[in-house]
Amino acid sequence: MQNETKARVEQLTSPAGHPVAVLRFEGDIASTSKDAVIGTYQSLPKASTPLVLLDFTKVDYINSSGIALVIQLLIEASNSGQKVCAFGLSAHFTKVFTMVGIPKYAGLFSTQAEALAAL
Amino acid sequence: MSEAKSTTAPKPTIVEVRVPSRLGFEKVAMSTAASVAKLMGFREDRIEDLKTALAEACINAIEHGNRLNEKLSVGVVLSAGADALEVKVMDEGKGMNRQPGKQNKPDIDRKMRGEEEPRGMGMFLIQSLVDEAEWVAGDDGNGSYVRLVIRLDKEQ
Repeated sequence: MQNETKARVEQLTSPAGHPVAVLRFEGDIASTSKDAVIGTYQSLPKASTPLVLLDFTKVDYINSSGIALVIQLLIEASNSGQKVCAFGLSAHFTKVFTMVGIPKYAGLFSTQAEALAAL
Repeated sequence: MSEAKSTTAPKPTIVEVRVPSRLGFEKVAMSTAASVAKLMGFREDRIEDLKTALAEACINAIEHGNRLNEKLSVGVVLSAGADALEVKVMDEGKGMNRQPGKQNKPDIDRKMRGEEEPRGMGMFLIQSLVDEAEWVAGDDGNGSYVRLVIRLDKEQ
C-alpha cells in the first residue's frame, strides 16, 4: 500500500562555489524507507560532501517514522560535520517539521534555489 | 399557546471503514476522512492536519494495539456533525492503556544528542493537530480506541 521510496543523488555546486549533494526523494517516507533515506545518505563520501540538500518535492506522505529517519540522518550529518538543508516540503509538512524542531538543525526552504543560496 | 420546539441535535452522518493491520493501509482511512472533511467544508490545511493525526492514530492501532497481527483489523468511524468531525480509531488489542501526557513534546536537542529515541512523535502530532484527542481503554482490556475531534471554524 505504501508508495516505495525512491532516492537518487545529484551533485551540484552552490552559488558560493561549494560542492553540494542533493538527495532527491520520491514516494512515501515511512518506516519502510530506511534504505532509501539512511542508506542513500550513507553512500555519500562524507569527506568530500560537506553540504547536503534533501529534496522533498515529489514526496506526498511522511509519517512520524519517516520524520524519525530524517532526524537520524541529521544526527549522522551533525556527527560528520555536514550542513543539511531541505526544500520542497508542502506547507503542511513544513509545519509538522517545524513542530518537532527540525529547523534548528536543517534549514527548510521552498525551492532548491533558495536552499542553495543559503549554503 | 407557544409551540414546543425540539432541542434534539441533528443526527451525525456516519461513515465507517475497516482496514487490515498492515502498515500503509492507514492511507485508506486518511483518504476517506479527507473526503468526508471536504464535503463538510473544512479548509485544506485542516484536512491535512486531520490526515496526519488520523494516520498516526491508525499506525498506533496497527503497531501497538493489534501488534501487526494481520488477522486483526482497525476500525475507523467518522461522525460528521453540524460543526465538527469526530473520528474514532478502534483496535482489537489492548491499544493505549493511558492518556498520554502533555509533556510528550519531542525534544530535538535530546534526540540529536542521542538521549531520546528519534521515534516517538506520533502522540504529540495527534494532540497538536486536532482540537480534541482522547485515548480510551476497552472495559476488558481489549477494544481500545482513540477519539479525535476537529471543529469547523466559524469563518469556514
